[in-house]
Amino acid sequence: MSVTAASQPATDEAPTRRRVRRAPGSPGRRPLTGLMFVAPTGVIVAGLFLVPLAILVYMSFTDWPLLASPTPNGVDNYRNLAHDDRFVGAIGFTLLYTAITTVVLFAIAFALVAISNSHRRGTRFYRTAFFLPYVVGTAAASTMWWVDSSDSLGVFNRILEAVGLIHKPVGFLDTPGKALFSVITLVVWKFIGFQVLVLLVGVQSIPNELYEAARVDGASTWQRLRYITVPGLKPTLALLTVLSVTGSLLAFDQFFVLTHGGPDNSTVTVVLALYNKAFQSFRLGDAAAEAVVLLVALILLNFIQLRLLRNRENS
Amino acid sequence: MTATITPVPPAPTRPTRRRRSRGDTAARAARGGLFHVTSTVLAVAFLFPLVWALLNSFKTKAEANQQPPTWFPHSLSIANYRSLARFDQGIGTYLLNSVLLSALTVVLAVAVCVLGGYGFARFTFRGKTLLFGTTLGILMVPYATILLPLYIVLGHLGLQNSLIGLALVLVMFQLPFGIYLMRNSFESVPRELEEAALVDGASTFGAMRHVSLRIVMPGVVTVALFSFLTSWNEYLAPLIFLNDGSKYTLPVMLVNIRYASYNIIDFGALQAGVVIAMLPCLVVYLALQRFYVNGLVAGALRG
Repeated sequence: MSVTAASQPATDEAPTRRRVRRAPGSPGRRPLTGLMFVAPTGVIVAGLFLVPLAILVYMSFTDWPLLASPTPNGVDNYRNLAHDDRFVGAIGFTLLYTAITTVVLFAIAFALVAISNSHRRGTRFYRTAFFLPYVVGTAAASTMWWVDSSDSLGVFNRILEAVGLIHKPVGFLDTPGKALFSVITLVVWKFIGFQVLVLLVGVQSIPNELYEAARVDGASTWQRLRYITVPGLKPTLALLTVLSVTGSLLAFDQFFVLTHGGPDNSTVTVVLALYNKAFQSFRLGDAAAEAVVLLVALILLNFIQLRLLRNRENS
Repeated sequence: MTATITPVPPAPTRPTRRRRSRGDTAARAARGGLFHVTSTVLAVAFLFPLVWALLNSFKTKAEANQQPPTWFPHSLSIANYRSLARFDQGIGTYLLNSVLLSALTVVLAVAVCVLGGYGFARFTFRGKTLLFGTTLGILMVPYATILLPLYIVLGHLGLQNSLIGLALVLVMFQLPFGIYLMRNSFESVPRELEEAALVDGASTFGAMRHVSLRIVMPGVVTVALFSFLTSWNEYLAPLIFLNDGSKYTLPVMLVNIRYASYNIIDFGALQAGVVIAMLPCLVVYLALQRFYVNGLVAGALRG
């Protein structure tokens, strides 16, 4: 934040300084000009990131109905959280969802990477096909999935009937288990292209000489995979795990649109619970406490994951 | 996508062409056949939902809401798109809002990231590491958690319920990736190129704009593309920050169609809405996919 304050005088000083010292090789030594360039970044980071972060923490210690002014209430909000069955349930559900999604995404992504990494003709088309759903918005994709999952009008039931897997339509969103399954199919379809792309870049960045040397030494395909590909991919795998876990823990759109938290509140994620508390119950203080808990948990988690990554790289 | 990934050595798992007997050739052909069958089935599965929405959006009202659904439209109709024109404020309003929001976000994000990236790449000043680190720190903070206080901050700035306020928030979330990418891009441009321009009497900004900016154009396109996709598709932020129906963007409208119509949901209109929401993204991505992958490699995976 101090950076933005310091950038103020830059406006009137910079032109003169520039004229005086325009010695080639020294553009890096004009701090005020540099500050002018980063001033917009500084203003946005301070005003729309650091200030809100501070407000969030303050909010979490107050009783704040949306339209009235806040009154401090100590750690009441945090104490309430522990007894809030919905919040605790949402944490459990979100963790379950995150675990399943992360594993399923990786498993399927590896198969698709094998295809995408081929040098056969048509690979380019396959790659694009796997990736296209990723650029469709989550709200649009979830709406599409909701239509397609319908028991009366949806195409999923129609296809399953046509190939003889089912004999009468399935209500894909009727039970908690089926609703979760439907969201996971949506997430796999929508997000896996990104995972495949990142893995592909990782696979192709492993130097080919390593494979050739191994082949000369008589290593089998399996050995090359085990001792060259997997170690070479570790940073990529770590990055994708961080992204996938964080993304899943923060899932909102797909649940809000596809299941709306139902049936019977069985698919309420943490962010959905937070949204309901803030904008349906109008209890900003409680919602802020939830957000702070989520924030701290994610920072710790990312910290641990990055530490693990660093240790692996060193070893 | 391939444009950038193609210059790679032959696939590691495939043996180099050394011995090739007849048996090998047959086995190879069989494997190739299996490969293409599997891949085609998968590709069709991935593309099907997109094509299905497109097909359905052009069915007549009756056919789009018929049980069970027909595979191909019996007759083409634009009735579904017509009914979107009548939904609440009309699709035109929402489309315009989405275009305005995306344009604002893209222009602001590109401007801030180019300036900031250049500042971080070329200059030393106090607090540089701190500001750069804090900017990247935005990535660590789940954005859903700070939407709540942002709502209050925007209220104080008089930017609540405004597309400008919303664009600023979306720009903020683009900063970690954009600043990082632009800084790396500018760092890879040799200073000597700019110094020549400086000696010729150009200002620092002029040298940046006329010399380096041209070289880092792929990075700029990447930042623009990412900002476009994010702002066009964002759902939660507009839902929270906009409370005036005439300001809603396409994703908000889409979900509203489903909840506004209570028991009678117009499936045809819904799918026409999906098509309008996704088509620009598909077109822009297909046109610029080379930059997307380049940017991903440069910005997210290296460093």
